[in-house]
Amino acid sequence: MTLVMQDYLYPALMWCCKKAENWTSITNVHAIMSQQQNLQTPSNPPGILAEVSGVKHAFERLAVLNDISLSLKAGQVLAILGPNGAGKTTLVNLMLGVYKPDAGHIQLFGQTPGVLAVRQRIGVMLQQAELADTLKVYELIRQFSAYYQSPLSTPRLLEMAGLEGKAKTRYGKLSGGEKRRVQFAIALAGEPDLLFLDEPTTGLDVQARRSLWRNIRAYAQRGAGVILTTHYLEEADALADQIVVLNQGRMVAAGTPAQIKQRVSLKQVHCRTGLPVAELESHPLIEKLQIETQPNADQDKLIQCTLLTQNAEALLRDLLQRDQALTDLQVTGAGLEEAFLALTETGTSAADTLTDKEQAA
Amino acid sequence: MNTLTVRHQWAIHCQETWSEWLRLIRIPMFALPTLLFPWMFYAFFGVMFGRGAGNAEYLMVSYGAFGVIGPALFGFGVGVASDRQQGLLQLKRVLPMPMSAYFIAKIGICLMFSVLILLGLACIAVLMGGVRLELGQWLLLMLILLIGTLPFCAMGLFIGLHSNSQSAPAIINLLYLPMAFLSGLWIPVFVLPVILQKIAVVFPAYHLAQLALSVIGKHQGQPLSGHVLILLLYTGIFLLLAGLAWRRLRDR
Repeated sequence: MTLVMQDYLYPALMWCCKKAENWTSITNVHAIMSQQQNLQTPSNPPGILAEVSGVKHAFERLAVLNDISLSLKAGQVLAILGPNGAGKTTLVNLMLGVYKPDAGHIQLFGQTPGVLAVRQRIGVMLQQAELADTLKVYELIRQFSAYYQSPLSTPRLLEMAGLEGKAKTRYGKLSGGEKRRVQFAIALAGEPDLLFLDEPTTGLDVQARRSLWRNIRAYAQRGAGVILTTHYLEEADALADQIVVLNQGRMVAAGTPAQIKQRVSLKQVHCRTGLPVAELESHPLIEKLQIETQPNADQDKLIQCTLLTQNAEALLRDLLQRDQALTDLQVTGAGLEEAFLALTETGTSAADTLTDKEQAA
Repeated sequence: MNTLTVRHQWAIHCQETWSEWLRLIRIPMFALPTLLFPWMFYAFFGVMFGRGAGNAEYLMVSYGAFGVIGPALFGFGVGVASDRQQGLLQLKRVLPMPMSAYFIAKIGICLMFSVLILLGLACIAVLMGGVRLELGQWLLLMLILLIGTLPFCAMGLFIGLHSNSQSAPAIINLLYLPMAFLSGLWIPVFVLPVILQKIAVVFPAYHLAQLALSVIGKHQGQPLSGHVLILLLYTGIFLLLAGLAWRRLRDR
């Protein structure tokens, strides 16, 4: 039955398509319309693909995003980095036009997100979007390519997504990494000028992650803009030109990977010390001080504390010199969560802004 | 470029329908029951244990109605529920696909399955049941039953938007099977107890079956316009409810 359908019905449908083309020769109308579109677009500064300014959004009066601003030029990769629940996916959905922001503006190619002209020029890989299990890889690619005016060819897409040899495999039989690759291929189908990747490698093993990075990097090098969300600093560092750090819906930092890494490459020093709290608080090497227990008058005058620092070695040298009684010393790397927390609490929210424009604004 | 060309729209609609067809025909859990149950039930109850061509004719029509309602309810109900749950619907909304293609594809496969079901039933009826109808009657019957799937597409859509992919099949079976029996799709409605005959009027399936039976002159005799009106009413109400749910989903 399926065979009959495949052999006869599909050609018949395609024949109908060709007929329809003959009936409605409005290709010229289309050309004129797209010209008009081109004349309308240059309202945005040249080269700026995405512009987000002062965006606020709330779900049921619960603030999810607050005062987000960023901009992306052609050829750049922007990583939105943050822990789960930071508002990354909400920000992407706002940029895709799924929701309208409560305040602020978002423009893609100088137009409102969500309009067809914009949707034609973007590629999207959502965090949770499973494709039809029973369709084969090439069938899925063909289905999604059909949406675009001038899609890339299926073999080309298979190659760009690293899916050679998988064309005839059913989606449901692919590994997790391969499924993500199919979603990636579909995102590339329309040869987008702007690519959105919402947590593209979450749940993949290290090898699969790295090899998908190569494909993402290769596409970015063609001159497209890429916006990706991730909760791996490593991923943002490997792919992005700029990183925006989100925590609890706020931009807590923005800058190049080098700048961000420097800010979040903190070490945690746990110890019991007899130094006065005031001295610790004003210490130039201590980014953040957490007092765990107050001194116990009966036993000793030591306080248990956790110190966050950029330079653990120098700090330790100094502390040990000043405080002979220092004990229970332990040094650990601060996780991304602690680093985010430190960034939030130092209160320098978005001090390093991305572009000159934002500093002006 | 804020609208697609007609040619491009048409191509997308065809491609979407074709993909949906491939996807469903390869799911045995969907394809086998929807196709085989009407054929099997009809072969058993309509032809083998039925008495004479009159019975075979009547039951061919009522099992036809039973058959076409299945893909409409399941295709839409389970399809929309699982697309929603998988995030596929969200993805398609941000891609440059006209949303109409999504619905046309679902209606399209429902019609394709319906045609297969009806052709199968007709073969069994002619070859085994000795049913003979005029060409015009065959065509009219087919047309009524195909168009008659639309109210059930709307019901399926409504269910799909209000349930998840686990609960949708259960909900639909709870609706579909009792409705089929009480509307006289399995055994003729006039065989049912009088009280059940009175209840039958509530179900859209009863009205679709009556319309189809009128082609062979075996309906209960109520005015046909009444049946049409009630089917339209059902379509309208469920489309409206589905539209509200759709909107709520979008603005969430």
